Amino acid sequence: MREEILSAIDKNSKLSAADLAIMLGSKEEEVRTTIKELEDEHIICGYPTLINWDKVKRERVTALIEVKVTPQRGLGFDKIAERIYQFDEVQSVYLMSGGFDLTVIIEGKTMREVANFVAAKLAPMDAIQSTATHFVLKKYKEHGLPLVQIKQDERMLISP
Amino acid sequence: MRNPLSKNVVNIQPSGIRKFFDIVTEMKDAISLGVGEPDFDTPWHIREEGIYSLEKGRTFYTSNSGLKELRIEICNYLHRRFDLQYDYEHETLVTVGGSEAIDLALRAMVNPGDEVLIPQPCYVSYHPCAILAGANPVVIELKGENDFKLTRSELISAITDKTKILVLAFPNNPTGAIMDYDDLKDIVDVIIEKDLYVISDEIYSELSYKEKHVSIATFPGMRERTIVINGFSKSYAMTGWRLGYATGPANIIEQMTKIHQFAIMCAPTTSQYAAIEALKNGDSDVEMMKDAYDKRRRFLVHAFNNMGLTCFEPFGAFYVFPCIKSMNMSSDEFATKLLMEEKVAVVPGTAFGACGEGYLRISYAYSIDNLKIAMERIEKFVKRNQG
Repeated sequence: MREEILSAIDKNSKLSAADLAIMLGSKEEEVRTTIKELEDEHIICGYPTLINWDKVKRERVTALIEVKVTPQRGLGFDKIAERIYQFDEVQSVYLMSGGFDLTVIIEGKTMREVANFVAAKLAPMDAIQSTATHFVLKKYKEHGLPLVQIKQDERMLISP
Repeated sequence: MRNPLSKNVVNIQPSGIRKFFDIVTEMKDAISLGVGEPDFDTPWHIREEGIYSLEKGRTFYTSNSGLKELRIEICNYLHRRFDLQYDYEHETLVTVGGSEAIDLALRAMVNPGDEVLIPQPCYVSYHPCAILAGANPVVIELKGENDFKLTRSELISAITDKTKILVLAFPNNPTGAIMDYDDLKDIVDVIIEKDLYVISDEIYSELSYKEKHVSIATFPGMRERTIVINGFSKSYAMTGWRLGYATGPANIIEQMTKIHQFAIMCAPTTSQYAAIEALKNGDSDVEMMKDAYDKRRRFLVHAFNNMGLTCFEPFGAFYVFPCIKSMNMSSDEFATKLLMEEKVAVVPGTAFGACGEGYLRISYAYSIDNLKIAMERIEKFVKRNQG
């Protein structure tokens, strides 16, 4: 039941408990309780909206930063990751395998703002050895959903 | 000048869907629930394989019966999914959609005057194809109270000494009905005793929501008298690729291949390469789509029963078939009026046979958001027009 609910709302968080109950062949009350549990256990962590900001006047700049860090004794990478993700500018932080340690995704109003953040906040942290900043030029797909094209239904209106 | 036309062809009624199609096309911004094909795009890895085959210059004919590798994969698939065992060399033919296979099977098997049993409501092509093949189609009118399954007594009372073939199409378009193991078991001995052949159109076999689809060819004594028809259109969302297949006894497939060889040559090569990829790596796509359909199916059944249009639970395909007899309108009137007043297009049940009167075919090959809007409009319409 839990996984069924999660996969149903993964791409569409607007579905109401009543709709979900019908679609999953369950009771509305049961769906409501399960969602509450999932929220309490922080399995459902939020209900953000997927927005293509490129289509709105407002400028937003996204940068992906490769970060090399020195892990701290007894704390590994978690402590430094936590220090990084507390900043409001930081959208995502991932621990990586391979050539660097953390991927940090930053959003800012301008390139200068992002650059300032890296130079003033991120790079100077003790545990950080180096950063490499890559600016995003265009977003095509996020959260499994394409951002760019709007697909028209090209099927014939009636077919046998 | 002489009349250029064949009487046999001229006498065939055009599809009832055609008339409705013309009205709908005129209508701006109508929401259509009238489509008989998936709303999903063909999964990208399958499309990509088609593109790759074009890049490689694989633009030639294949052998008449289809690429060997594809036929092997088809046989593997049928065995893996439905416990059917066929030999790729002599018992498998790749066709231009399931539609061609229906036509071929009828043409290869009937002689003038043979009777072909066609349980309706059903897909629109069996009846005309039977006529074109020179047979006499005999309609069995399935009933709502039996959830549109073919019952033993209905079958027995339709059989004469001229009956040769029974067309079975479950999961069914337009009703969404399925026939499970027990339902089939009930008619199998009649078929064998009366020495009938079966053309089993199992194009919706992957879209069976209650339990796994059972093919009638798996019953003892049935394999040698059944042509199983299937294809890629519905299960892999590949309608436009026009690719299907037939499997069955070698002597029938051999004759079907002969017609196919002269009339068609071979199925589209690009589609065949894409289909190999579908069968090899497409199981999870099928599962994903089926899961989405199932949710929409429950949503629609609930919505119709809620607005007072009784709707038996359809366990197959992607259609619901609500009953509108309480509305004191014919299916045709209901559908036309609904389109004019609420701009929702549905197909009257009568497009699939006279016994579809009193029903509508609603397709749920649409997004949930779309279905929601459509259901709100239909509910408004029903409230306004109920006595």
